Order: sequence, then C-alpha cells, then structure tokens
Amino acid sequence: MSNHSEMSPESASVGNKFDLSTTELKEMAKKLRRHVITMTATAGSGHPGGSLSAADIITALYFKVLRHSPQNAQWPDRDRFILSKGHAAPILYAALAETGYFPVAELATLRKLDSRLQGHADRKFTPGVEMSAGSLGMGLSFAIGVALAARLDSKTYRTYVLLSDGECEEGQTWEAALSAAHFKLDNLTAIVDCNGMQLSGWTRDIMNLEPFTRKWQAFGWYTIDIDGHDFDQILSGCQGAEKIKSKPTVIVARTIKGKGVSFMENNAAFHGKAPTREEAEKALKELE
Amino acid sequence: MAEASTREAYGKTLVELGRQNKDIVVLDADLSPSTMTSVFAREFPDRFFDCGLEEQNMVGIAAGLAASGKIVFVSSFAIFVSCRCFDQLRLCLSQPELNVKIVATHGGITVGEDGTSHQAIEDLALYCALPGFTVVVPADAIEAAEAVRVATTIYGPFYIRLSRPKTPLVYPEGYHFTLGKAVTMRQGTDATVIAAGIMVAKALEASDILARQGIDCRVINMHTLKPLDEAAVVKAASETGAIVVAEEHLAQGGLGSRVAQTAAREKPVPMEFVNIGDRYAVSGKAEELLQRYGLTARDVEEAVKSVVKRK
Repeated sequence: MSNHSEMSPESASVGNKFDLSTTELKEMAKKLRRHVITMTATAGSGHPGGSLSAADIITALYFKVLRHSPQNAQWPDRDRFILSKGHAAPILYAALAETGYFPVAELATLRKLDSRLQGHADRKFTPGVEMSAGSLGMGLSFAIGVALAARLDSKTYRTYVLLSDGECEEGQTWEAALSAAHFKLDNLTAIVDCNGMQLSGWTRDIMNLEPFTRKWQAFGWYTIDIDGHDFDQILSGCQGAEKIKSKPTVIVARTIKGKGVSFMENNAAFHGKAPTREEAEKALKELE
Repeated sequence: MAEASTREAYGKTLVELGRQNKDIVVLDADLSPSTMTSVFAREFPDRFFDCGLEEQNMVGIAAGLAASGKIVFVSSFAIFVSCRCFDQLRLCLSQPELNVKIVATHGGITVGEDGTSHQAIEDLALYCALPGFTVVVPADAIEAAEAVRVATTIYGPFYIRLSRPKTPLVYPEGYHFTLGKAVTMRQGTDATVIAAGIMVAKALEASDILARQGIDCRVINMHTLKPLDEAAVVKAASETGAIVVAEEHLAQGGLGSRVAQTAAREKPVPMEFVNIGDRYAVSGKAEELLQRYGLTARDVEEAVKSVVKRK
C-alpha cells in the first residue's frame, strides 16, 4: 500500500485487521454469497443479482483493503465505504456481520418489521452503513462530501464508493463525476460494479453506457479496468488508485450479475426477486 | 418603513459565524454573488465550495460533509434548491437528519422580472413535507440574521427562505428570535392575521387601516412554519374567533395549510387565506406582481373584513 508516509501515527498503525489471503478471500466471498441467498430467500424479497456481482469487490474491501474497526463503527479515521447501489444491501450486511458490526444471526431479520437491516442500505439503522441509499445516483455526491471533509480536517482516511453501471444513467452521477475531478479528490476511489444488466434487461439495450471507461476519462478521472471477480485485480486496482495524485480514480470492474449461482448469472429476473426455497437450496449447493 | 435586504444580512451573518466556528462550510451553485455567500467565500475560500450548476450533487456533497461533522450551509435560489433536488433532500438530508442548513434566496414572486421559472411558490409545501426539517421564513433582515445564527446552534436540517428585494424592517436591532415561537406583533380582539415573510409587514399595514375602520386586528409573525407554534394558533382562534393566513406562496401546502390543520383540530373558527392561489405568476416588477396576485395590504384588509363577517 502506498501513502503510508502521509498517514497520522495512529492510523498508520492500523491496516485492515482481517488481512485475508487470496485463497481466504475466495472462501469468504462464497460465504457472503451464501448469506445473500439465505437472507433474500428468508425475506422472500430483495436483490440477489446485484449483490452477487458485487460480492468479490465487497469481500476484498472489508477483509483486505479498508482500515475499519467493526467494534468502533464511528472511528473517526476509518476508511469510508459508501454503497451507492443501495439495493445491494444484502451483500453489504453479510460483510458487516462477518466482520463483527452486528451478529451474523441478525442477517435472518432482513426486510422484516423493526429489523436494523432495511430493504435498502440505511445509515440511520445499521452500524457500519455510512449513507442511506436506494434512490440511485446519489452515492458519489455523498462520497465527495466525505472526501472533502477529510481534506479540510487533514485526515488520511480514504473514501470508497460502489456504484452500479445502471445507476450511471442517472444524471447526478455525472454531475458528481465532474465535481470530483474539479475538486481534485485523489483521496476518493469509485468502483463501478459493471454487471451489464439492470432491472429489465441488458444495460446496452435499455440505455447504452459505452464507451464507459472513456466517459470517465473524459470527465477527468484516472481509470483502471479490472475483472471484478479476480481478487488480485481488485486489490491491485485499489492499490493503484492510492498512488494517483490530483485526480480521483474509478475502477471499472466488469462483473457478472448473479455471479456464483448458475441460474442467476446474467439473468435480469433475479435483479429484484428472491430465490424460492428450492432455488435457494440449489444455489447454496453450488456455493459450497 | 425602513428597508433592508435579507440576503445581505445572511451573507454578513455567515461570515461572523464562520469566524467563530471553523466547522462551518458553505456550498453554492454558481449564484454566490446573488445569494451573498460570496462574502463568506472571499474570507474563507478553503471552506467554500462552488458546486456549479449541480444542485442535486450539491445536496449530496452537503450530506457527506455533514456526516463527517461539518455544519453545512447550502445556498441557491429557492426554486432550484427545492424543486430541482427534492429526492436528494429527502433521502440524503431529511431521512438521515443531517446537519445541513439550506438558506435559499429569491423566494416567492418578488423575484419579479425573471418570471415563472425563477419564482419559488411551492418551496414551503415541499420543505414542510420533509420529516425532520425545520422551516423558517424570516419577516425581515434582522430576523433573517437571527434565524441563521440560531440554526447554527441547533442540530438538524433547516430550510430558511429569504427574498431578492429589500424588504421593510419590522423589528428593531437587538430583536431576539426564538425558533418555533410565534411573535405577536400587534394585539387585537376581532380577528388575527397570521403571516410569514414579507406578508408580516403587509399585515401590519392592513391592521393600521382596519383600526381606523374600527376593526381591532391581531397580527402574528409565524416565522417558523415547522414546527408550528400551535399554541399561538389556538390562542388566536380562541381569543379573536377568526383567522386570516397570509403568505407569499401557493394556496396549498404552506403556512395556510398548516395553520388550518391545527385550527381544524383544536379550535375551528372562520378562516380566510391570502396567497397566490393555484397558478403560476409571470414577469413584472415585484410590487406589480404583489398587486396582480393578491398579496397587498389591501388584500389582507379585505380578507379580514370578510372573515369578521363570518364570525
């Protein structure tokens, strides 16, 4: 990791406390995927497709990249992770539970009345969730505010925000893209979970976003293209972003919607539909 | 009456507050010379962010700054910082109850010549619809400065609506503003005019005219629309038996709706409403528009006479 020289002594001493190996990350990602299946099947609703596509990115962040303290969720020097694609809440909740923000057993309460695990990510209820999301296209703006605050306070925490490719159809994402570059926010890493699909089909058919990486370049960002299911590429992308000065970095992660479950892969039907009990059993077998 | 600018008072106060508290940051959307945040920008360039013509993005940035411990002032014209970014206000500020103060200038039709596109006449309905938001419409420049100061000391999202033109001063220097506590500007027993913003001065003018006609009219400045001083409404209804609500806003969703809801529940009395109605306004001079759209002292006077007849 770069930038250690700029870190304050107390933050420099704390890296990611899980620091899993690539083999361990793969196993953990599988475990989190199993949680997604069980949670959404139990809830009877939710968004498995976009949760599974983001599973490896989220696993890498929480178990290798982020400096965070699950027992002290509001630690002022923590790296911030903002889930802009708020419908992927199940995979975030799975990571938060497995890192210790709240008991794993609580995952079974997803979407139920009085649960801390709301249908979409919500900062008011869930320890470790930085921003309320679910209306798409808002997370990058929030992340810019967080990154500007770090600059104002001379803090060395880094701000990460995960977007979907579909939500880049929202104009606000491009307002934010302009301003992050304008403010030269090199303490900000955006990751786009480019699974190529959205609720009702392929992104290219509904509202084409390509050439996607070139759009970010044109907006003044440093771009890194990766396979979003390859841990070495995810980790080297995150490290690469930290080295870039005077501009924000976007990691364009090509992923597969529903990744890891054969009948969910590239299947828009599972964007916002939970698996039945039988489907869940089949999925869990594939994820053993 | 002497006049002063609410937005100039805002700019001046913002600088005072910025000197006292380094956690205050200010965002604007390319309107800082008009909203007067430019005064703050000059003294504290590091704590001022011009977000360009990106109101939705600006609200999101404000939320991120506030979530990181900042007291964030956000300014633009009232129309753009309400209608243009309502979803962002809802999910990024209102629901998470973040410490952001939206101070909008150019509220209402007194924007004048710029016309419909620039006249915020539904902003109060929109902001009053947001749970957790405090909504304030100061009656003059002195109250505007006070409201901005007080907002800084209270955690949570605020909307403060200011005007473009200079407006009559209804308070002396040294006036002390209490959030959520209506001010009885003038006692009276025959009817009560409950007003906000520029309509407070119009109501005072109307009450002078009515006094000469033998109608003793109470005038209340309901500067805080939300939370509403319900006790003041009930007291006015009980003691004067008739209420007129006057505001520079559409008929629906603003002060009139809020006062009527309280009166209907607690103490129903005959009511009349002085507002723009259910229509958009056009280009013209501020005073011409106030005449055209029924927001003069004379309109208040007529409404009081008609409500008194219904007692």
